[in-house]
Amino acid sequence: MELFLNQLPYDLLSIVIFLPLCGAFLALLTKTDLQAKIIGLITTFLNFAISLLLLYHFDPTRIGFQFVNLKEWFPLLKLRYAVGVDGISLVLVLLTALLSPICVLCSWRAIEERIKSFIFCLLLMETSMIGVFCALDFILFYLFWEGMLIPMYLLIAIWGGPKKDYASLKFFIYTLVGSVFLLVAIIALYLKEGTFFIPHLLFKGYDLQFQLWVFLAFSAAFAIKVPMFPFHTWLPAAHVEAPTAGSVFLASILLKMGAYGFLRFCFGITPQASIKMAPVILILSIIGVIYAGFLCLAQEDMKRLVAYSSVAHMGFVTYGLFTFKLWGFKGAMLQMLNHGLTTGALFLCVGILYERTHSRLILDNSGLGQRMPLFVAFLGLFCFSSFGFPGTNNFVGELFVLLGAFESNKALALFLIPGPVLGAAYMLRLLKRLVWKDGETLPLKDLNLREVIYLAPLVVGIIWIGFAPGGLISLMEPSLKVFLQAVSGG
Amino acid sequence: MGGLFLELFFFICFLILFGLSLKRKPSFRLKGIASFLSFLGFLLSLWALDKRGFFFHGLYVLDGLSQTFKVFIAFGLFLVCWMIKEEEELEGGYGGEFYAFLTLSSLGLMMVVSALEFLTLFLALELSSYSLYLILPLRRNAKQKALEGAIKYVLFGAISSGITLYGIGYYYLLTGTTKFLFLSLEKDLLGFLVFLLVFASFFFKLSLFPFHFWAPDVYEGASNSASAFIATVPKLGGLALLLRLSGLVGGGELLAKALWAFSVFSMTYGNLSALVQRDLKRLLAYSGIAHAGYFLFGVMTFKDHGRLSSAFYGLVYLIMTLGAFLTVILLSQRDENPTLEDLKGLYQRSPLLAFTLAVSAFSLVGIPPTGGFMGKLLLFISAFKEGYFTMVLIGAINTALSLFYYLNLVRLSYSQKPEIRTPIKLNFREKLLCLIFIGLNLFLGVFPSQIQNFLDISFTTSHIWEAR
Repeated sequence: MELFLNQLPYDLLSIVIFLPLCGAFLALLTKTDLQAKIIGLITTFLNFAISLLLLYHFDPTRIGFQFVNLKEWFPLLKLRYAVGVDGISLVLVLLTALLSPICVLCSWRAIEERIKSFIFCLLLMETSMIGVFCALDFILFYLFWEGMLIPMYLLIAIWGGPKKDYASLKFFIYTLVGSVFLLVAIIALYLKEGTFFIPHLLFKGYDLQFQLWVFLAFSAAFAIKVPMFPFHTWLPAAHVEAPTAGSVFLASILLKMGAYGFLRFCFGITPQASIKMAPVILILSIIGVIYAGFLCLAQEDMKRLVAYSSVAHMGFVTYGLFTFKLWGFKGAMLQMLNHGLTTGALFLCVGILYERTHSRLILDNSGLGQRMPLFVAFLGLFCFSSFGFPGTNNFVGELFVLLGAFESNKALALFLIPGPVLGAAYMLRLLKRLVWKDGETLPLKDLNLREVIYLAPLVVGIIWIGFAPGGLISLMEPSLKVFLQAVSGG
Repeated sequence: MGGLFLELFFFICFLILFGLSLKRKPSFRLKGIASFLSFLGFLLSLWALDKRGFFFHGLYVLDGLSQTFKVFIAFGLFLVCWMIKEEEELEGGYGGEFYAFLTLSSLGLMMVVSALEFLTLFLALELSSYSLYLILPLRRNAKQKALEGAIKYVLFGAISSGITLYGIGYYYLLTGTTKFLFLSLEKDLLGFLVFLLVFASFFFKLSLFPFHFWAPDVYEGASNSASAFIATVPKLGGLALLLRLSGLVGGGELLAKALWAFSVFSMTYGNLSALVQRDLKRLLAYSGIAHAGYFLFGVMTFKDHGRLSSAFYGLVYLIMTLGAFLTVILLSQRDENPTLEDLKGLYQRSPLLAFTLAVSAFSLVGIPPTGGFMGKLLLFISAFKEGYFTMVLIGAINTALSLFYYLNLVRLSYSQKPEIRTPIKLNFREKLLCLIFIGLNLFLGVFPSQIQNFLDISFTTSHIWEAR
């Protein structure tokens, strides 16, 4: 892909990546907890504003990486500090920047101890998440990819729920094992091509044997991160035990990295192997969608339910990607964003309830229709969006994926149909049991202004994508076509 | 002769400290003086970094390799002197001896890395070893264990020195001189044997399989600071000399195979044994044995890039191991050996200390963005380039193995409830040390090029045998 060097007088992209890091250290230096929270909020909000500037300067008609910045980093291994974004990574950067202030806001009262360290970890996460999407050097990419493991581990291990010990360990070991395979693949590519620079490694047409090995190593890492069906068991544990902000980061952004990796690296570097292995991935995706759907139907814990629904939604994403059709690609990308917004919002809702009732069981939180009407309005919208009600974002995404699926393989696509149906079943069941209840109920405090403020942007996003996804798609389409060409042409 | 000023300075330091130790009840703070002197020594070693030359008829050399490692050694000595909790750790009134012989041992190691002849080398080596023999029993508590450890160290040290001497004898037989000469080892069984025997002493210093038996007992027996020193600085000396001698060998396929085997056994044995340890210092001892195996990755490439990787990893190892030992020292109140149980809930007792341990542990595993990752990456790529594919694979599997016990340290300190709730109060010096270790570990991982510039100079000029 072509590289468009940064033409702006300042290095906008590096600012977006490293501003949270500066904020993180600033937060450590503060005197009171309130100051730390304010610094966290200001940094993340400012970063979102700056990332909008990125969107403003981004030229969607140019195909290739923009705002590219190249600097020598470690000449011995020919490492470079190389960052840049194309349409695919830009939207993910925006999503990250949008969710970060929301995560700070949602932890305002929920986190009571060691707030400075908490803000530090959150901001560190933001830097490494944005870094993953922007890195154009494989070792830099790996540094961010793994660097996020430590703050995420700490988020779960320190501020997590009762089984945090088990959950944090499982998360760490699973992800690390996957990453080791990733590293092996990176080194293998380096020895073959003598560079870690990603644009020079893309679309090279390596021989099939080599591609297959690299693909297997890559997909081990990405499938664990997504997570795909047999590798998903770390996810419910980690999601349930993590604090709300951690769950939102995990669900909305960390899971996207797996799908991003499939798209960018598996399709870009090992296209033939991807085509060869596609049936396996497709079948695993279908199993994920249906199996997770049934699991959701049986959950009594709201957070577990949302966590398993993530597995189902991400199954749609991987299915969309491995259809190798433009509809599928667009649908997968949209689904990634949608899942980020909707599932993030659902986790926030669960967090809000937990703050009030100190229970995540559906039974303990029933009858909300009377007790928290405003909250139920939001929750209702998010639940409807989650199973793809027309007019909400997931409808568009799932529709596109299904279009792609039927275009590529009609028989297999039929198995995908129960997915949205199951989604409707478990989401409506959840909604019904939460909203209605016979008998008396104790009153609960409804949403306060802070909570409305951080839920509102998600509502706007959900409805906006539901009705007018065109703008977003035109942003991503040129970049998607490049990768599509690699997997369908070669 | 200006370059030799560094060695002279350390010798003077030894004399000063030894003089101070003659007074039974010193009225001033010995620790302050020792830290100050070792800091001066560190600065001086930086000044001496670009000094070059041959001395004493070519038996002693100042070149890139030696000067770089002298900086590492001086830095290690300074950190250890600064970390120590003297009052709790040492037998009353022996502070002077402790610092004096620590300095003397470092001086010996500095001479080891500069030696270009086997007898010089041997004398320097013994100088450093004998000083350590004296330091080991100087522990306030656990007298029995300390003595046991010291005896073991002497015994194994003597045996490995004997083996090395035997090898030197053969070397003389082969070449008619004790100077270092370039030897081509193709089809030369005797040459192979010579190097294998000579290496024994350095394997001992590195606690590499099969010369590792002393390590766990010595670490357990010695005072915490003494084991911090033994775990790091002498290993760097051993590593430096392995790097120098590996440059003497041409076509040493048989030797490479032997090193391969030692490395694999060392890594696997160290990591597997560390998995079941309950004593933190014993765990670190086995971790050291495993890391000695990683060091050999670079040595057995017999190439400059491999040696550079090993040297880089040596520095990283110094930082990350000392960071872990800092936790050991600060965690134990009365110089008892901390167990894994004592780590429980460390985060609630002292967040900074827990973070230092976490960063060091992550670095020891090799998780980015720490120095351990860059070091392992360099080593693995160097070995890969020379075709040691299975070796890298075994190394990777070992890294995965080691994850369990290192991560366990972090897990215990972060997500378990503390049994003792008293917070650990850190004073300014201790906080500063924590920050230095965290900072250096991350710095080495994120800005490795700074160190590379530093090492590059040293390795491009290290072909001394060609110059002579």
